[in-house]
Amino acid sequence: MDKSIRNKIPPNEATDEDQAEASPPPGKNPVIHVAPSPHLFDTGMTTRAMMRDVLLALLPVTGVAVYLFKWYAVRQLLICIAACIAAEWVFARMRHRLATPDDLSAAVSGVILALSLPGTAPWYVGVIASGVAMGIGKMVFGGLGMNIFNPAMVGRAFVMIAFAGHLGASGYVDTAAGVDIISRATPLNAFKQGGISTPIGHLFWGLTNGSIGETSGAACLIGGLYLCIRRVASWEIPAGILAAVAAIGGIANLLDMGSRWTLFHHLFGGALLFGAFFIATDPVTSPLTPKGKWVFGIGIGALVMLLRLFSGYPEGLMFAVLLMNGVTPLINRWTVPRPFGDV
Amino acid sequence: MAFFSGLTKSIPTFGKFPGPGTFSRGVHPPARKMLAADAPIEIVPPPEKVFLPLLQHVGAACTPMVKKGQNVSFCEMIGKGEAFISASLHAPISGIVQKMAMVTLPNGRHLQAIVIQNQGEQITGQELWDRLFGGKWPQKAHQTLSPETISEAINASGIVGLGGAAFPTHVKIMPSDKKPIHTLIVNGCECEPYLTTDYRLMVEAPDAIVTGALLSARAIGAKNAYIGIEDNKMEAVAALRRSAAGAGIKIAVLRTKYPQGSEKHLIKAVINREVPLGGLPSDVGVAMTNVATVSAVARGVVRKTPLTHRVISVTGGGINQPKNLLVPIGIPIQNLIDFCGGLRKTAARIIAGGPMMGFSFTNLNTPVTKGTSGVTVLTHEEIRQVDQTVCIRCGRCADVCPMNLVPTRLALASRFKDLGLARKYSIMACFECGSCAYICPAGLPLVQLIRTGKAHLAAAG
Repeated sequence: MDKSIRNKIPPNEATDEDQAEASPPPGKNPVIHVAPSPHLFDTGMTTRAMMRDVLLALLPVTGVAVYLFKWYAVRQLLICIAACIAAEWVFARMRHRLATPDDLSAAVSGVILALSLPGTAPWYVGVIASGVAMGIGKMVFGGLGMNIFNPAMVGRAFVMIAFAGHLGASGYVDTAAGVDIISRATPLNAFKQGGISTPIGHLFWGLTNGSIGETSGAACLIGGLYLCIRRVASWEIPAGILAAVAAIGGIANLLDMGSRWTLFHHLFGGALLFGAFFIATDPVTSPLTPKGKWVFGIGIGALVMLLRLFSGYPEGLMFAVLLMNGVTPLINRWTVPRPFGDV
Repeated sequence: MAFFSGLTKSIPTFGKFPGPGTFSRGVHPPARKMLAADAPIEIVPPPEKVFLPLLQHVGAACTPMVKKGQNVSFCEMIGKGEAFISASLHAPISGIVQKMAMVTLPNGRHLQAIVIQNQGEQITGQELWDRLFGGKWPQKAHQTLSPETISEAINASGIVGLGGAAFPTHVKIMPSDKKPIHTLIVNGCECEPYLTTDYRLMVEAPDAIVTGALLSARAIGAKNAYIGIEDNKMEAVAALRRSAAGAGIKIAVLRTKYPQGSEKHLIKAVINREVPLGGLPSDVGVAMTNVATVSAVARGVVRKTPLTHRVISVTGGGINQPKNLLVPIGIPIQNLIDFCGGLRKTAARIIAGGPMMGFSFTNLNTPVTKGTSGVTVLTHEEIRQVDQTVCIRCGRCADVCPMNLVPTRLALASRFKDLGLARKYSIMACFECGSCAYICPAGLPLVQLIRTGKAHLAAAG
């Protein structure tokens, strides 16, 4: 196919034949088509519907973010969604293709990226992160379904290193105090640098500082369980992550009984729940089989704990996800399922 | 939901059989059997002409034994299966043999066919039903007949598997010293949506099925015999329970799930054994046949009446009056569609067999063969498919594959002609049940890609 034709035909557009099948043809006699089996299809779930489910599941998290961070959250969300959709369009044009914003995948990346950034990050941080996420994270690999790394995390990793100073999540609207902005460290930072522990209840309900989407454990659980029940997210992945964090966090807790940073702080603090349910479960960048998903989840959990306990960073979820994304092809290779009847 | 499947894996079983009553994975397509489930079998009058392809079964074609202009009578042998794996052919109507014709079957095969022009007196209506299925069926008959006698009668009757595969039955029930058979399983699952052929037969002719099952079990030397039926056909279960009372045949009621009627998955559900990859049921000591096939066995052995007619469903949203019909083999499908009130304006696809594994076709002159289990006419609405998008590796195809394969990987291997990847993911284990393509949220033609991939691999040797 030459360039000019490719320009006109978006890769995913239905063919003429499909459109003819969608509606009864005019005229008296029925028009009979042939096609290979099967002839029945489950139309209840589409790629678009899966993405819509993710957006729906992100509503509680988004709601808490807007409640806590007000205008900062709204601004960050709008910037990232618009920038992701625009970036997808630009990079698609470079490949002489039409962008497919109606599959909602760019919007999902935008929301997840925004929720993983602090509200105070300047506008250009969101824009650059979105550009890197869509361009380097997704489109250079060939677009939706082809990328190796979670696009939102690729974008976030870039700005985290390039704009380290802006990613400290310092701004926080204290709704109780009525004061506009109070500079406060995130719970993980506060503990890492000052040994200050945050009450579990605050972490669970989200009354803390942090990236705008990571603060409320409860909101993440509600949305995440919805995704698992709808089978849009594979439950094995969050289960593996939480099991590994619980195991390693539990051991760390037992070895250092005096620490005020307990197992529950590890589970409900930082980006763990948000990442376990919304970031790690991206189907494109996670393994295919249930067994592979367990390996993937446990690997992320173990890496998160490794980074939290031993590295200079307070949180390690983003790097853990990106690292496990990188070994996903290898996990797929190791976990080819045994066919029925294979002995 | 896969999440909870572990909790419901073992269901309370209705009879005594060793298996779990179901298998892992699979899908639940809309069954839509109510379209024709309550339509009693009607007898289609003999058509003007019948077209009888010489190869309606797996194996070698039969040799024609009649010439143009010759008179043949009902049940007369017109083609002889001479090879070891072959089946004979018998005249389903009385009449005059005409010039051989070429016919194209729905699966695309071009075949030579014997044509018989209807002439003279025909047996039809109630008389035909009584001869093929009605009346009393002796349950003790098998005790006096030797396995060889039964096998010869089956061979002489030209019986092949009527569930769709059309493998010659006398070969299937041949005892072997290397692989002794301990269990006969009669397949009454009919897991394909829409089809009600086997269901009606089980409800209306359970005695013939029980007698045929007893004869088949004796022929192959099986000590145990089960009839496996899904639990959405409880009327058939009741009818067969009544007929089988005291006969030593157990009715295994299984959870309704597609593809429960697959040979390997039925064996798993009933006796909890896994047929090895690339193997046959005989590798685990099982012979499998279908309820319609055993009724033909009973007919052939007890009444010396060969396989000339079969029951077939003509159903779907695109046909005016969905029905179950007793038809002469060789009748053009157009005649059946006319008998059922014709196509509706919304009809969009005509399928030989069921909608999950059947072949779609457009040439209505195609004759019914021994293996045709139904004609399903679907409307635009019924074949509606989601818009095709790219694979996002959601893994739903792997979650439903009854063979525990990863269809999206097989499709990838096929697209890139990567034979190594295809082998690694056991592409040849796929039996094209269609569960993956049914469930795929991206609307990908997974089965078609896998078929292509299998062809690539077969070509490479």
